[in-house]
Amino acid sequence: MTAPAADAASPDLADTPLVVGRHSFRSRLLLGTGKYPSHEVMRAAHLAAGTECVTVAVRRVDLTGREKSLLDWIDRSRITLLPNTAGCFDADDAVRVARLGREAGLSELVKLEVLADPRTLLPDPIATLDATRRLVKEGFVVLPYCSDDPVLCRRLEEAGAAAVMPLGSPIGSGQGINNPRNIRAIKQALRVPVLVDAGVGTPSDVTVAFELGVDGVLLNTAVAQAREPARMAAAMRHAWIAGRQGFLAGRIAVADHATPSSPESGRIAAASG
Amino acid sequence: MQDHATNTIRLSVNGEAREFAAPLSVRALLRELALPTERLAVELNRELLPRTGFDHVLHEGDALEIVTFVGGG
Repeated sequence: MTAPAADAASPDLADTPLVVGRHSFRSRLLLGTGKYPSHEVMRAAHLAAGTECVTVAVRRVDLTGREKSLLDWIDRSRITLLPNTAGCFDADDAVRVARLGREAGLSELVKLEVLADPRTLLPDPIATLDATRRLVKEGFVVLPYCSDDPVLCRRLEEAGAAAVMPLGSPIGSGQGINNPRNIRAIKQALRVPVLVDAGVGTPSDVTVAFELGVDGVLLNTAVAQAREPARMAAAMRHAWIAGRQGFLAGRIAVADHATPSSPESGRIAAASG
Repeated sequence: MQDHATNTIRLSVNGEAREFAAPLSVRALLRELALPTERLAVELNRELLPRTGFDHVLHEGDALEIVTFVGGG
């Protein structure tokens, strides 16, 4: 299972693909499709990011027929759609929306989002676990958005989740990774992919997530609402590759004291004993 | 058949009360609304209606949700 390199021009950046269900992605950066100033800007950002998977929301069609389809701006030969259940506040609604998304997109993938309340937009762990069980039983490949709690993530994995998506920080907040130790603990406790979702604000946040060892990052607002979305998307691409490669390369241990980088022997000004 | 053509049914479509000429299948409703049959999904009375069931004939008072994909995170 040798994957193409993250950057085909640099064979030293070889990496395995991110595998979720029957899908395999070379890019470990997942993007959203919401809050862009226009569909054209979104398409340019997706291209600049090199993303191979984007989230979409399920909503009532515009009966006036005036709105153009979002899907006309997504190159589905290169990009896999990941329908979400955003806007659901209980398991029943999330299951309903997931079924509609599967029928509309003909894909069994679902980013399960069951939120506790509209103010914090924090995931409801109990309802998320319940909906995961139900959707797995119906044959969905479930990626639940969840709290950064290693125990909950393990329970979701046991329930059949194909990956878990712990939050970095609250949705749209741009606070970054608030609890890096939990994210690392989640990664260490699970076999399924761990994708950090939500709260990412900057390229360095993405790098930090990958340095912690996560398998992927999903972000939306940080790119869509940047002053120049396509430029930010390109920066995010460099950021994930930097963090991922840094993780694979293996960091040095942290020391309490200084260690010289140049030889200690052969100095002309060596102190005389 | 002629009496049918003069019949109408009232439906709820995406929360809007609408009146249509009967008989009316889901497929005919989509055509009436100038919607494609691809890239969308239909729920009839809160139950998913698979694409293969689009020839289903609608009844007075049926509630439909017709959804598609929009931008999201």
